[in-house]
Amino acid sequence: MNRRDFFRKSLQAGLFTGAAMTFPGVYGNYFAKSSRTLPSAYDLVAIKGGEPETMFDEAIKTLGGMKAFVKKNQKVCLKPNVGWDVTPERGGNTNPKLVKRVVEHCLEAGAKEVYVFDHTCDDWKRCYTNSGIEKAVKDAGGIMVPADTENYYQDVTVNSGKVLTQAKIHEVLLNSDVFINIPILKSHSSTRITVSMKNLMGIVWDRRYWHSNDLHQCIADCATYRKPDLNIVDAYFVMKRNGPRGVSVNDVVTMKSQLISTNMVSADAAAAKLFGVEPDEIPYIKIADSMGVGKKDLSSLNIKRIIL
Amino acid sequence: MSGSLLRNIRIIVSIIFIVPTTFLFADIFSLIPPVISEKILFLQFVPSTLKFIAAISFTVIGFVIVLLLTVMFGRVYCSSICPLGFLQDVVNWLSRKIKRKKEFKFEFLNEQKILRIVLLIIPVLFFVFGSVTLINFLDPFSMYGRFAGNFFRPVLVSANNLAAVIFKSFKLYIVYPYELKAFNIYPFIITVTFFVVVVFMSWKMGRLYCNTICPVGTLLGYISKFSFFKIKIKQDECLSCGLCSKECKAGCIDSENKIVDMSRCVACFDCLTSCPTDGIVYSYSYNKQPNIQTYNQPITNNSKRDFIVKVSLYILSFSSIAAQVKKKIVVTKPSMIPIFRKSATSPPGSISVERFNSKCTACHLCVSACPTQVLQASFLEYGFTGMMQPRMDNITSFCNFECKICSDVCPTGAILPIDLEKKKLTQIGKSKFVKDNCIVQTQKTDCGACSEHCPTKAVRMIPFEGNLFIPETRDDYCIGCGACEFACPTKPHKAIYVEGNRVHQLAKKNVEEKKQEKVNYKEEFPF
Repeated sequence: MNRRDFFRKSLQAGLFTGAAMTFPGVYGNYFAKSSRTLPSAYDLVAIKGGEPETMFDEAIKTLGGMKAFVKKNQKVCLKPNVGWDVTPERGGNTNPKLVKRVVEHCLEAGAKEVYVFDHTCDDWKRCYTNSGIEKAVKDAGGIMVPADTENYYQDVTVNSGKVLTQAKIHEVLLNSDVFINIPILKSHSSTRITVSMKNLMGIVWDRRYWHSNDLHQCIADCATYRKPDLNIVDAYFVMKRNGPRGVSVNDVVTMKSQLISTNMVSADAAAAKLFGVEPDEIPYIKIADSMGVGKKDLSSLNIKRIIL
Repeated sequence: MSGSLLRNIRIIVSIIFIVPTTFLFADIFSLIPPVISEKILFLQFVPSTLKFIAAISFTVIGFVIVLLLTVMFGRVYCSSICPLGFLQDVVNWLSRKIKRKKEFKFEFLNEQKILRIVLLIIPVLFFVFGSVTLINFLDPFSMYGRFAGNFFRPVLVSANNLAAVIFKSFKLYIVYPYELKAFNIYPFIITVTFFVVVVFMSWKMGRLYCNTICPVGTLLGYISKFSFFKIKIKQDECLSCGLCSKECKAGCIDSENKIVDMSRCVACFDCLTSCPTDGIVYSYSYNKQPNIQTYNQPITNNSKRDFIVKVSLYILSFSSIAAQVKKKIVVTKPSMIPIFRKSATSPPGSISVERFNSKCTACHLCVSACPTQVLQASFLEYGFTGMMQPRMDNITSFCNFECKICSDVCPTGAILPIDLEKKKLTQIGKSKFVKDNCIVQTQKTDCGACSEHCPTKAVRMIPFEGNLFIPETRDDYCIGCGACEFACPTKPHKAIYVEGNRVHQLAKKNVEEKKQEKVNYKEEFPF
């Protein structure tokens, strides 16, 4: 924990205690509603057995609804995985039904604008179209933003980064009030699995730098820069091999699951378990945990489990 | 029909052709689908002829229609359909506007008969012997394509990007910037050279290119000598004032002798409006003898010379000079082992590099249409004969697995239409792994960018030292799309690259069984 984090954490703790002390009174009610930092008693919500949108409806309810994360007139940035020119049932991109639902929830909660982008791997227009995400976002009233040219990205310093100390990050994310990460869980040839932290590779311009400078460390470094306010892990169609692109639908197992957490490391650890690997087998989860990005030890968390 | 009406029709028709044709080559928005572009370019003579030969299909008989039109009305292809002709008319019009004070006028020029016929025969002979090189350089449509792609497209890109910047400052993301990913200096210089020559000729002397160099102009010219409708000088009504020949941008009216050389007349009808009497007319005159005869004389005179020129050029084209000039990969940060490709890769649908080289006229329509910009103009990557033809440039980009748009738009049939499922199995090259350049080997950290991007998992990760995984390539499954090479982060030399197949092959389909895993949706979570 560096100095800035220490101050921030202390301040949050102080605010929380203050709010809790005045809880029965009018002030307390007001304060609790306006605070975004601790919306719920749960660290993680795991849900299975339903359609992507119904699972999200149920899960977000237990966290106090989207209103706990998105306030009136705020700008929201969603980062699904739209990396590949494949159809939704291939499990290569986040399920468009889920993305659509999340956009709708954000707008219902009063968001002024909901921006969605990903720095794709395949041709971006084909990815946006064939993933079904562009249509889903537009139908729901969100704005799909391109991310394929460097001038959308701005230089930032990653203070806690060990290897990744400088990065170029998409301006839409930098200008937004709320950041919601919507990764898909799938196998990955470079990092075993990809979930929340690996999904942030789509917010930066130069990914080759990560690959050539200790990929796992860079993933963990980037996770320290701007932690998403919410991580929604889509595990409906799960690509169990040949990831991240996949070869055919034969790689996919329909798991009908979803994980939601405010913490990326916990979400990724739970996702690893769901996938069938130990979190400790994934180097970037271990590194991020040791850097204090979040907790990989699921036994210490307060988990809400829902089976529909 | 009055002269000015004919002239106006000619101008309107040429605008109807030029606008969509130009937009096709500049279209950075992928607005025009291949079905439409096919129709727009249906009448382009050389592409249509080559496609007919390549595909033997009656859907591409545009050139037959052009021949029929020529037999009927003369060189209307040159006046209205040919985009290079239109370009020259514009240059010429500008030249006249600027030079007005100096009393700009054309004059009758003598025909360069020998040159014309040589420049028609040699490219055709080249083609018969399997090289499209000269047609590629001289075909007016392809040349215009290169002009539009190299000059107009960047203009549209700049305008678009300026708009994108303005919109972006208002937080509007409806216009997005377009990035030209590569700039190929030598092909650009060649294009500029041709542009300068054509512009200079038309600035000075109207349609001189069409009437001296252009092989299509020569072929259609000699056909139009026998056309049903011709420009004719009426012996009785002509005052030999010479006004028509001053207006004739083709320089084909000899008003003193009252002769029109129909082989050079581009059917622009400018002369009709210039005549103070009705001394020059466009009328039906099938049984009239052609004005100028004995045009077949030079062929025999020149055949020996032609043969020597042809043979020497042909030998030169296969010389080792070309083979030695291979593109080294751009340098920025060290990886140790340099890569030298034996062969450039031709796009899927072209069947073999040799076939592609012998069919492509380098119009660069595929270069403009390619969404990933993997298709780039070549210099000597294919050798001398393939100069300017597009190649798969995997340093710049890679071939999108689900795309086959180049085969849909190719107007010459150099890239034949290909079924998407077949394209996904067409092996245009094979990936080669250079272990000692690979990050996993040199830095002992995970990478796997190549395997991530591989659409067939021909590049897969296998256990390596410790917990690391290192790429392995499988030729059977590789289709040569170059995604691995493009994604590879090593510099200056890639750790994985595509070696083109001289003849395209069929890859094996990666048919792994359905992942067997029972999911009990009522079971508790594993945590």
